[in-house]
Amino acid sequence: MAEENKFTVSIDGISVSVDPGTTILNAARQIGGDIVPPAMCYYSKLEGSGGKCRTCLVKVSKGSEKDPRPMPKLVASCRTTVMDGMEVQNITSPEVVEARKAVVEMLLINHPLDCPVCDQAGECKLQDLGYEHGSAKTRYEFERRTFERIDIGDKIQLHMNRCILCYRCVFTADQITDKRVHGVIGRGDHAEISTYIQGVVDNDFSGNVIDVCPVGALTDKTFRFKSRVWFTKPVQAHCACEKCSGKVTLWYKGEEVIRVTARKDEFGEVESFICNTCRFERKATSDWTIEQPTAINPASVIGANHYEQFQPPAVISEDEKLQTANRAQLLRTEKLK
Amino acid sequence: MGRKLLLTHINEPGIHTLEVYRQKGGYRAVEKVLKQMTPDEVVEEVKKSGLRGRGGAGFPTGMKWSFLAKPEGVPRYLVCNGDESEPGTFKDRYLMTHIPHALIEGMIVSSYALGAHTSYIYVRGEMMPQIRILERAIQEAKAAGFLGQNIMSSGYNLEIYVQPGGGAYICGEETALLESLEGKRGNPRIKPPFPAIAGLYGCPTVVNNVESIAATVPIINDGGEEYAKIGIERSTGTKLISASGNIKNPGVYEIELGLPVEEFIYSDEYCGGMANGKRLKAVVAGGSSVPILPANLITTTAAGTARLMSYESLSDGGFQTGTMLGSGGFVAFDEDQCIVRNTWNFARFYHHESCGQCSPCREGTGWMEKVLHKIESGHGAQSDIDLLVDVAKKIEGNTICPLGDAAAWPVASAIRHFRDEFEWHIQHPGLAKTQNYGLAQYADPLQPIL
Repeated sequence: MAEENKFTVSIDGISVSVDPGTTILNAARQIGGDIVPPAMCYYSKLEGSGGKCRTCLVKVSKGSEKDPRPMPKLVASCRTTVMDGMEVQNITSPEVVEARKAVVEMLLINHPLDCPVCDQAGECKLQDLGYEHGSAKTRYEFERRTFERIDIGDKIQLHMNRCILCYRCVFTADQITDKRVHGVIGRGDHAEISTYIQGVVDNDFSGNVIDVCPVGALTDKTFRFKSRVWFTKPVQAHCACEKCSGKVTLWYKGEEVIRVTARKDEFGEVESFICNTCRFERKATSDWTIEQPTAINPASVIGANHYEQFQPPAVISEDEKLQTANRAQLLRTEKLK
Repeated sequence: MGRKLLLTHINEPGIHTLEVYRQKGGYRAVEKVLKQMTPDEVVEEVKKSGLRGRGGAGFPTGMKWSFLAKPEGVPRYLVCNGDESEPGTFKDRYLMTHIPHALIEGMIVSSYALGAHTSYIYVRGEMMPQIRILERAIQEAKAAGFLGQNIMSSGYNLEIYVQPGGGAYICGEETALLESLEGKRGNPRIKPPFPAIAGLYGCPTVVNNVESIAATVPIINDGGEEYAKIGIERSTGTKLISASGNIKNPGVYEIELGLPVEEFIYSDEYCGGMANGKRLKAVVAGGSSVPILPANLITTTAAGTARLMSYESLSDGGFQTGTMLGSGGFVAFDEDQCIVRNTWNFARFYHHESCGQCSPCREGTGWMEKVLHKIESGHGAQSDIDLLVDVAKKIEGNTICPLGDAAAWPVASAIRHFRDEFEWHIQHPGLAKTQNYGLAQYADPLQPIL
């Protein structure tokens, strides 16, 4: 034991010492980087979440210092707590990579893959996962299941076709709002998120279901089809709100705030839940105190158009033909200067 | 004649009433435990008997009981799992219908052993008559002073409640059962914590099958050591087998574990052989979720020894050439039965019953069903067989509860043992609609399995 009351666990050969009771996933998040298992359903702010999507499966090759036997099956890292001396294999185990690929394939067989018209595209966990693990072709040759789109409340639209049944929105509705207004009905692959009665979601924090949704199943109707996310610029801002912390991210397109969301960390989890007034009503710059631009992962498509100016390579400024070919971008560079 | 412990008096008229049940020696076990034994002694006795869970997994019951956490000031619960819905299994329903007091008596004995003062019998929603029978039996037992406050002046209190389920197969999984019992959606919980630590309402809970609980009565009456003498190796005692399919005498049989499978199928005491003089083609030995075995492998193991009805012998050979005792749903198929159609039928069941909580099972069961339906309806392609094997492999072991495995095993094993029949179906779609592949095609012994 490295320190008093700390467990040492090694994930893909990298050791970290964590508090007892930490899950493998959270231990991996403390290390960070590529070895963090993806999580579609786990949400650290929601009690009881996790264990369902199976994308975070890892192999425990050594149970603990006391009992070094490996665990017989792959385990969900989001719900398995670490033991002292545990050795976990994530991306170093072919078995895990294979299983994750299988799970991604399963998640995608009934997904409509309508990314070109989906508001979530660009910040979608399933898109990232599919890109990382999925194969280019599907082996599924049957009709995908479909549902009618429904409006739950006047600000939120539920697009059940895209849902992966992570239950995050159900936990959100259960835990941060006082009335249980929606849940899962049906069973198996015909299960659906539903409110039973359309439009019944009407409380001050219902909008948070949009933020917790890892895919485009729950979308903000005030933002719907306004813009692709990579054309918008996220900015940290706050306001003095009576209901919530008032700490948000504003998404600008030009001068206009077209969307307000809670602030998300690098794992896509919100820092604090925000109220519907902040989310849906306050859409003028004058409502907010701007802090700073939101840090964007350089690999993310959201940063692509904003934080990196087009720097023409030296060769372009010398060659006239190349200048004509890149005219549009060069003009833009001039304008931004 | 094999010894009977549970169904000894099954043919007695009126055995469902307390009066006749007592005349035949009923409730002796309750008297014995309450007056002469401490709860720990009861647990010890059950441990000695070597009784293994009759619901399917075969986990030693005494061991399960001893895992129960016993914190101060927290109630403990015993829950009887009567949500029998495995295709091919109908032994618990039989027991509850005809000798409800055997279950009630077992519940009292087990609850006493565990220190539970409230116990539940969770019965599948479709079994409404059985629920009424049990409720009447509880009333009778209560009137006779076997339930309620201060039972037989021992100072021990116990209430038993019958809870009808909503009729979902998944609620037979113990944690989904507890969720359902709490009034929630029957989704299996993620383990750990196991129910022995945090089960019903977050309290330590033991969930046992109807038959396991009923089996504690003869264990207490005759002693655990006596019970352990019946059976073979670590499969002790008797087991109820629900025999169905193309046999002469379908029904529920109580067998001593260790009975040769061949004797079980062909002796007149049990199934009485195949109906209409047909030949045996395949057997599902323990309910729809266990791997299906062809005739030659069900009667003898791959090593050439006779296969016995016991936990060990049936699983001899692992999943390559073996199967499992499971819940004892013994389904025999004769040469006229179509394995492809049957596998599709099972897959359809699991597709319908998957709870939809975790992705591989939710999507995979539906996928397998659709591919099997495609093959069965004559539109299959040769590559579909490998696809099925691959999908089954991807579901197996990657899910929260064993339903994923249960859905994958029948498909994987059917293809493993009857691949030629699947291929024949794909190659001759027209023929497959009008006739069956037939046992004749298996004149040669099946291909040796590596």
